[in-house]
Amino acid sequence: MSDDHDHHDGNDDHELRVSKIRDGTVIDHVRGGQALNVLAILGIDGTNGEEVSVGMNVPSNRFARKDIVKVEGRELSQDEVDVLSLIAPDATINIVRDYDVVEKHRVERPDVVEGVLSCPNAGCITTGDEPVTSRFTVLEDGVRCSYCETIVREEIASLIET
Amino acid sequence: MRHDHLITSKQLSRPDIETVLDRAAEIDADPSAVADRHANTLLGLLFFEPSTRTKMSFETAMKRLGGDVVDMGSVESSSVKKGETLADTVRVIEGYTDALVLRHPKQGAATMASEFVDVPLLNAGDGAGHHPTQTMLDLYTIRENAGLDDLTIGIMGDLKYGRTVHSLAHALTNFETQQHFISPESLQLPREVVYDLHQRQDGTGIKEHESLEGVLPSLDVLYVTRIQRERFPDENEYQKVAGEYQIDAETLEAASDDLTVMHPLPRVDEIAPEIDDTDYAAYFDQAHNGVPVRMALLDLLLSDDRGIRGETDE
Ligand SMILES: [Zn+2]
Repeated sequence: MSDDHDHHDGNDDHELRVSKIRDGTVIDHVRGGQALNVLAILGIDGTNGEEVSVGMNVPSNRFARKDIVKVEGRELSQDEVDVLSLIAPDATINIVRDYDVVEKHRVERPDVVEGVLSCPNAGCITTGDEPVTSRFTVLEDGVRCSYCETIVREEIASLIET
Repeated sequence: MRHDHLITSKQLSRPDIETVLDRAAEIDADPSAVADRHANTLLGLLFFEPSTRTKMSFETAMKRLGGDVVDMGSVESSSVKKGETLADTVRVIEGYTDALVLRHPKQGAATMASEFVDVPLLNAGDGAGHHPTQTMLDLYTIRENAGLDDLTIGIMGDLKYGRTVHSLAHALTNFETQQHFISPESLQLPREVVYDLHQRQDGTGIKEHESLEGVLPSLDVLYVTRIQRERFPDENEYQKVAGEYQIDAETLEAASDDLTVMHPLPRVDEIAPEIDDTDYAAYFDQAHNGVPVRMALLDLLLSDDRGIRGETDE
């Protein structure tokens, strides 16, 4: 397997826009404009010194435009990437070692996400000062707070805890 | 499945519910048999918002089982005022008592609190969330008066904000019921609740109406709730709407002779006093049933073989 994540899109030259990584994770086929939310949901903000490159609105066959996120030096676990399914359901995850893609998988919808989203309901016990981790069950078309049972179907990215 | 806490009526299966109602009926028939059953048991009452009626009902239930209560008192006089978290409060009071009753203004409070304690915790209302002991006494009253299967029930009034309605509607999906929801359009059931009900049933058992007239003759039970003034922008609008969801003797002329009228109380003017002395009225019995039902719940949760569990379960 070559390291090239996107030859099939017929846009070889876009690789120039996002540098190759040696070891780490490439998150590809993220819906255009969602790359920063992907980083937020993974809790990656650069303060830990990770080398991160982001390509936004890159031409793609699957979507008109897609985003790509590359994180050097960190292999994301399946659990970590599964939460991405909430905002980037079509994303593919490439684990790269020594410039080779050694694993490639799709995100899967988890049953529950913990500590990732904050509840939008001001009347919810999790929105106060309680020592409690947010927990949402994942529905077919949204997420639901395990505490107050509020269902959110739209703009889930806006709930990402910062 | 065994339940160590009572957080929502949604957690209870039909056999679980029947276990509670059967126990309540036994206690109701012979309260003296359990008068010392939980001697030396202390129930902690944590009411973060006022609810005299519910609190008194729990206190009565515990004392009729031979136990006693300790009461946190009002929020103004407690350490909560100083900013203590609910998680800390329940962990402290759990050390004093054998079980806890919690009412709290935030939704999900009881779910969260139950994650911090080992003693049984009973939810006595969590904001706009659940109030399962009310649901159990409603079910008990319906079973006594009309039976829970082959039941046609009308639930009328404020269906949007009324948590007793949401819990009851959900619990009734365990039984063969036809549920009619009667309310002004602005106070219809929240879509979350409708979603849940449809998850539980194929939809044929659930219908929404804006008027009582068409469905009244078919009803076995009419459950009336209060429409609050503050839900409306102005007094005229409120008067116009509220008047359509009040019942009196004339309204009930179209009803079946066997109709049972229920109300979680307190009422204001939704049910005319002239109905109180008729065979239709079950709302005072309903309120009284809170004691044997809460006794049954406390008994099940505090017994050596502790927990609520239906017989055919597990
Ligand atoms: Zn919530």
